[in-house]
Amino acid sequence: MISPAFLSQLRRLLPPHCVLNEREDLLPFESDGLSAYRNTPDVVVLPESEAQVAAILQLCHKEQVAVVARGAGTGLAAGALPIDGAVLLVLAKLNRIKAIDPLARTATVQPGVRNLAISEAAAAHGLYYAPDPSSQIACSIGGNVAENSGGVHCLKYGLTVHNILRLRAWTVDGQLLEIGNESLDAPGYDLLALLTGSEGMLAVITEVTVKLLPRPERAQVVLAAFDDVAKAGAAVGNIIAAGVIPAGLEMMDRLAIQAAEAFVHAGYPLDCEALLLCEVDGVNEEVSDDIFTVHEVLAASGATEIRTADSEEQRLKFWAGRKAAFPAVGRLSPDYYCMDGTIPRGALPHVLKRISEMSSEFGLRVANVFHAGDGNLHPLILFDANQPGELHKAESFGGRILELCVEVGGTITGEHGVGLEKINQMCAQFATPELVRFHEVKAAFDPGTLLNPGKAVPELHRCAEWGAMHVHGGQLPHPALPRF
Amino acid sequence: MLDAYIDRIRAAHAEDSPLIIQGGGSKTFYGNPDEGEVLAARALAGVVDYQPKELVLTARAGTPLAQVEALLAEQNQMLAFEPPHFGGPATLGGCIAAGLSGPRRPYAGAARDFVLGVRMIDGTGQPLRFGGQVIKNVAGYDVSRLMVGALGTLGLITEISLKVLPKPAAEATLQFELDETEAIVKMNQWAGQPLPLSATSWHAGLLTVRLSGAASAVHAAQAKLGGEALKDAAAFWQRLRDHATPFFDRHPSTLNQRLWRLAVKPTTPPMNLGGAQWIEWGGAIRWLTSDLAAATLREAATTAGGHATQFRGNAPADGVFAPLAPALATLHRSLKQRFDPKGIFNRGRLYPDF
Repeated sequence: MISPAFLSQLRRLLPPHCVLNEREDLLPFESDGLSAYRNTPDVVVLPESEAQVAAILQLCHKEQVAVVARGAGTGLAAGALPIDGAVLLVLAKLNRIKAIDPLARTATVQPGVRNLAISEAAAAHGLYYAPDPSSQIACSIGGNVAENSGGVHCLKYGLTVHNILRLRAWTVDGQLLEIGNESLDAPGYDLLALLTGSEGMLAVITEVTVKLLPRPERAQVVLAAFDDVAKAGAAVGNIIAAGVIPAGLEMMDRLAIQAAEAFVHAGYPLDCEALLLCEVDGVNEEVSDDIFTVHEVLAASGATEIRTADSEEQRLKFWAGRKAAFPAVGRLSPDYYCMDGTIPRGALPHVLKRISEMSSEFGLRVANVFHAGDGNLHPLILFDANQPGELHKAESFGGRILELCVEVGGTITGEHGVGLEKINQMCAQFATPELVRFHEVKAAFDPGTLLNPGKAVPELHRCAEWGAMHVHGGQLPHPALPRF
Repeated sequence: MLDAYIDRIRAAHAEDSPLIIQGGGSKTFYGNPDEGEVLAARALAGVVDYQPKELVLTARAGTPLAQVEALLAEQNQMLAFEPPHFGGPATLGGCIAAGLSGPRRPYAGAARDFVLGVRMIDGTGQPLRFGGQVIKNVAGYDVSRLMVGALGTLGLITEISLKVLPKPAAEATLQFELDETEAIVKMNQWAGQPLPLSATSWHAGLLTVRLSGAASAVHAAQAKLGGEALKDAAAFWQRLRDHATPFFDRHPSTLNQRLWRLAVKPTTPPMNLGGAQWIEWGGAIRWLTSDLAAATLREAATTAGGHATQFRGNAPADGVFAPLAPALATLHRSLKQRFDPKGIFNRGRLYPDF
């Protein structure tokens, strides 16, 4: 618990409206985007300046109080889940775009600036910020850095780590780290990469300089239907083998197609097993050439129907179905659980077959949405949290899918992060020596384990317990007990 | 084979005896002087896996870079960061440990941007594996990328997985007579437009620009930009990549001339530091042959938003790389301590104090 003495010290650092500890004020912060995990925070602080962030960290360090940093709270792995006795440090009020330099193609922003707001501000200069997680209207850039967020354009334009130049971040003892700079590299170790995707475990970010890219002259999308998911999977590899790097390459399975079509009437063909959306962008002439190539490859790969969007309106309509896939699937069932594994693309037919077998075994339906270009699979497990045991069943099913991803040479998280959600599966992904090194990396920044303790990297005894339980059907006794 | 390396490193750890990791020896000039016995890493060679359709290649660290590039070329693919060979038998491991990239870097990404995973042996002889063979992976801290440019100080890289890309169907190189100020502005303006730029260089009044992509796109951009087409352009860019021109070579002959690499904000106007200059990376790199004091050049680079490295020539007392701010230096020592507690790997190579 937070002591009254500590609370009054916090209040001395911040204006009254920036410290919340009344129950009704705290409830909106009890979960991030993964609402199955909830915990009411003890206290929420909303600093309005970098100096306040530093002061809060110094106080927490002095009093040995843990800190959970949170951006917009759209994360999907319970990374920003409040921890008992910790301060929830919400960076949403640091939301100023400090500078846009059109000639150098950079934007310097505070962490609470929304992802899409950067592109909106840059649009006047013909520029944009490339990573586009599906939550981009709401998610903030600080959270994007913490999670190394991706989006549908990763294969061509990279993740957050490829699109940032510089960070200002604070260690838990209130020291400023200036990482990276305005050139294209920095001396010493690549701490920019180390901090990106570190899930609030190493430092608290207060400023980000991102790269901006010129808006492509033209973007065009081709839709292709297949009577077999394996054929659609093979088509993805064939497009890439033909030398085309699509800006977006998305795949949906039958259930996802049906749900999306019923929801937004995108005009998708319904009598197919898989749908591919392949978008190419760039210079006008290059797009024409690529569209031609993609068309040929899709036909040769056995597509039963191929349509090229011939207007911007139609392009947006093709995408509308894919972009609404999650809420559309949400209409099929009271709840859904979104997974985030990445696999080598070649393993797709095997993985989908195994998921379908597990679906029967668990008695839960699954819709598959796939960033096919970069192998990032989002199976959506349908369940009803009001049915006793179904949430637990969905979680076990999800866990098994992630372990399958590891088995075929992939990973348990492509873009959502580990947070608390996938902490057990980290034991499947990494062996003890690597986990030990991860803890040591954290200790180099945060020797007292005050930043987001218990998230992202499991304690070794947790893995030992999990390994032993796993043999017995994936059931941990007292599943609600925190195992930090 | 791997066991022999593990044993050797364990022994060195136990005896507290430093090792100098060496691949092809093509970049021994780079970094600060180090001390110890040479640990030859070339024997750990061979491509482990290459899936052109996955855009992923995995190879052992001692594999010659030229062999990797030849294998990719058979499938019409490439290492998009265009790594320098510096005229020697460069290895893939050395390429990643040095973290250097070539002319395509500002437009396609750096070596670190293409690393998907590494296997390594740390300073206690513990084999470790980070990242993997998939393009999107956010499980655990990004230790793979931490190894890029660490100059072997955190461990011996034994295997690397990289993202590879298709070769562009067409390329053209154009030259323009422009003064330095105009050239810097042009490079930045063009980079902000949807043009298929893939390399830029300015030296002695000549701006050289490479376009890469579909033939139609390259032709269209060529028509738009004008300039003179350069014949034998591949050789031009390769010489620049490998520093195989007299500009990069002249320093060892004169004692006080050193080759400096000033990484700066790309829009930085002419720095007027005297000496001979070659600009690359859209203005973000200013190569300078200079006899000015290290402190003067470092300050100029910092003011220009970046940092200065003495690339070739005798190292100054505080090292060839820009000294780190105290908070960052502490973190570096702390990370080094955890991966290599006795400091046996490449002692002094990155910073003189570890």
